[in-house]
Amino acid sequence: MRRILEGASPRARVLLAALGALLLAAPFLVDSYVLSVLIIVLFFAYVGQAWNLMLGFAGQLSLGHALFVGIGAYASAALFVHFHLPPWAGVFAAVALAVLAGSVIGYLGFRFSIRGAYFALLTIAFAEFTGIAVAHVDWLGGSGGLFLPVSNRAHDDLANLRGSPTMFYYVILTLTAGALALCSWLLNSRLGLYWKAIREDQEAAEALGVPLFRCKMIAVAISSGLSGIGGVWYAFYYNNLFPETTFGTSHSIELILATVVGGVGTLFGPILGAFVLTPLGEVMTALTEGIGIDGVKPFFWGLAVAAIVLFRPSGLWPWLYRLLALGNGTRGGPR
Amino acid sequence: MAGRRRAARLALRGVSKRFGGLQAVSDVSFDVAAGEIHALIGPNGAGKTTIFNMIAGMIRPDSGQILLDDIPLVGRRPDQICRAGVGRTFQIVRPFSQLTLLENVAVGALSWTDDIDTARAHAREMLALLGLGGRAEALPGEITLPDRKCLEVARALATRPKLLMLDEVMAGLRPAETDRMVAVFRRINRDTGVTILLIEHVMRAVMALSDRVLVLNNGRVIADGSPREVTRDPEVLACYLGSEDLG
Amino acid sequence: MPLDFYLNAATGGLLTGLVYGLSALGLSVIFGVIRIVNFAHGEIMVLGMFATLLIFRHLGIDPLASLPIVAAGLFGFGFLLQDMVVRRVAHLADHMQFLLMAAIAVVLISLCLMLFGPDAQGLQVDYAYESFAIGPLLVDKVRVYAGLAALTVAGLLFAFFRYAPTGKAIRACGDNPVGAQVVGLNLRRLYALTFGIGTACLGAAGAIMLLLVDVHPYLGPSYTLLAFIIVIIGGMGSLPGALLGGILIGVSEAVAGLILQPSLKSAFSFGLLILVLLLRPQGLLGKAVR
Repeated sequence: MRRILEGASPRARVLLAALGALLLAAPFLVDSYVLSVLIIVLFFAYVGQAWNLMLGFAGQLSLGHALFVGIGAYASAALFVHFHLPPWAGVFAAVALAVLAGSVIGYLGFRFSIRGAYFALLTIAFAEFTGIAVAHVDWLGGSGGLFLPVSNRAHDDLANLRGSPTMFYYVILTLTAGALALCSWLLNSRLGLYWKAIREDQEAAEALGVPLFRCKMIAVAISSGLSGIGGVWYAFYYNNLFPETTFGTSHSIELILATVVGGVGTLFGPILGAFVLTPLGEVMTALTEGIGIDGVKPFFWGLAVAAIVLFRPSGLWPWLYRLLALGNGTRGGPR
Repeated sequence: MAGRRRAARLALRGVSKRFGGLQAVSDVSFDVAAGEIHALIGPNGAGKTTIFNMIAGMIRPDSGQILLDDIPLVGRRPDQICRAGVGRTFQIVRPFSQLTLLENVAVGALSWTDDIDTARAHAREMLALLGLGGRAEALPGEITLPDRKCLEVARALATRPKLLMLDEVMAGLRPAETDRMVAVFRRINRDTGVTILLIEHVMRAVMALSDRVLVLNNGRVIADGSPREVTRDPEVLACYLGSEDLG
Repeated sequence: MPLDFYLNAATGGLLTGLVYGLSALGLSVIFGVIRIVNFAHGEIMVLGMFATLLIFRHLGIDPLASLPIVAAGLFGFGFLLQDMVVRRVAHLADHMQFLLMAAIAVVLISLCLMLFGPDAQGLQVDYAYESFAIGPLLVDKVRVYAGLAALTVAGLLFAFFRYAPTGKAIRACGDNPVGAQVVGLNLRRLYALTFGIGTACLGAAGAIMLLLVDVHPYLGPSYTLLAFIIVIIGGMGSLPGALLGGILIGVSEAVAGLILQPSLKSAFSFGLLILVLLLRPQGLLGKAVR
């Protein structure tokens, strides 16, 4: 907490405390629709945090993060469906497999010096390839999808992740807060400084003693592991998984959108971005419902994202940070 | 800092490197004794920076040996060579532009300490040594080019090198700034005993600093001696004639 | 009999591959010169397909005859897109450029969705079911025409870059933007022209493609990925490479379609992409610069 608030003005501390209190109390304050929106907001904030760690901190662009979420989701769901393994145990398998996938991609990419757009394409290729492969494995439900039994919804069962939206809300809120704390701690650690150095200029970093390969591999491993945990939550919240929607490139884009809009490389960017984009999408759905033509909502949605890229290219958070004067002037920039 | 002597001996033995059809460095051998300051001079394209890059591990020589205190460096990665005690600057400054000066330098210090606070404290010392003490929280884009050169040196020094390699850090500095740099290197060399190898075109600095001067032309060593000897060498004069001022 | 079977499929794949190659040329030209990765590639091509469909329905013009019109229209679209929008993100990081292009792709998909609806639509030319018999081979007429048309457009493009002063100037921009500016070339205009030429290729490829497949708004992303695979296999920025990659993918897709389940066809392409990225990231005909 001390690290998160380093360089923050009193006003920022008050705002953060108020936001935290509001989020904690939200299930008692809002109706079920708003709660369902908040749940999605937090999910995107969480996965965005994980993705941000790789691009924003360590400078490695992945456009296939749906792969890690999908692996986590499928692993835990399949173990639950076939062996009745509860998700708290399944999460270990989920993380292990997601980290393994991340390590394979990272190892190949970094050892073979695949950089920038080419590395991004490598992640896309792996995600799409896995999606097609999953569609052909009957044990994972094939192209028809994998479904979790929807029962016991009456009472909350945390160990089996079966229960009310309120329970899922608190689980994802905890995960998001945990990811924020972890990222904040990492960012201020030796590893975090090494990552930022690599992001800025990897050859200069290497000349200063930064072991590039190891640092990048750790970034990919943490990022894919966190995403895998997100996948477990995703599987048990939605109760159904389809290969194409889970592993597809459009899902990957959906997962990173909040971070890019909020501000890549900042701690609060993923959270702010999710809080802007998801409600924006909901409002657009509501506004365009009456028109009755397909495509109106994504049309305006695409225009909005393009506008943000064109007019706020470093994201909304750095802009908001200056607008609300959240810093106390001691450090370089928004965090 | 005084009293902690950390100097290393550098030896190149028959080092060669070819880029396509160009023999950038051919059969270069020389020694730098521990604690000495050597300058590497020569016209553009003589192979000076290539030699630096080979010592630092960014380029692998086609043949030959590079030894730091009898430890072979060829085949090691740049970060391993840095940890073995070689600090280097880049000819064109390469600061981490989104990191503060303090963080820039702290990256170097983290090569010998795990503790971020120790690294920051050391970084502050190095910044102060190079006259940047007041700008620790600035970003590299906010300081002048001579200051960025100082940042580059501070970063390399923060790794606590036994051998410090400086690639044209005086280029573009005003005479007063050059003198300040010269004084800094003298002091560092005296206080810590660090061995220094510098590539330099500013002869004023070369003459003031170096114990020995190596002259390179077309990838070969054509002279090796004291500054005075080298500037009288007819071959050196021939290769510099009309192109550089040896004054 | 089985050999004929494979040969027929391979010939068909080769001709389709030429159209793929033409489409990939559009991606390669834009990346090679402007260094922008056009993630809206497939969607722009789908736009071309719908335009061709409209012209066919309302004016009764054959796709091959309306090809120049569609190409010209998409040239204008690409020119304006680069000059008014894409130019503004040239200095931004890779992921921001990617996001802008992805957003443009979403806008284009939804535009098509609003205008044409989600269903697959096609057209039928009167020679749709005729074929040429060449020895033991039986090749669809549409496929032959499609392949020849793609080859013609690609040939025109090669000639343009080789002989036309503007083409040479564009190549100079791609090789050395700073130098190009120093000798007085108008980078902004040439970049817009380049983007326009790239999208014109897509328009032509879209018009031809409509002879072979039906169009629907969601076709875009698969064409984007296909073009990426082709361009990376051929070598980013290499024009002959794009054509060669297209043929390679076309043939292997057609043959793989006989051996594998159709749904595994794209898995094959992605597998190939991973292999090429790892083993020869500069592509088959690309220069090793990295």
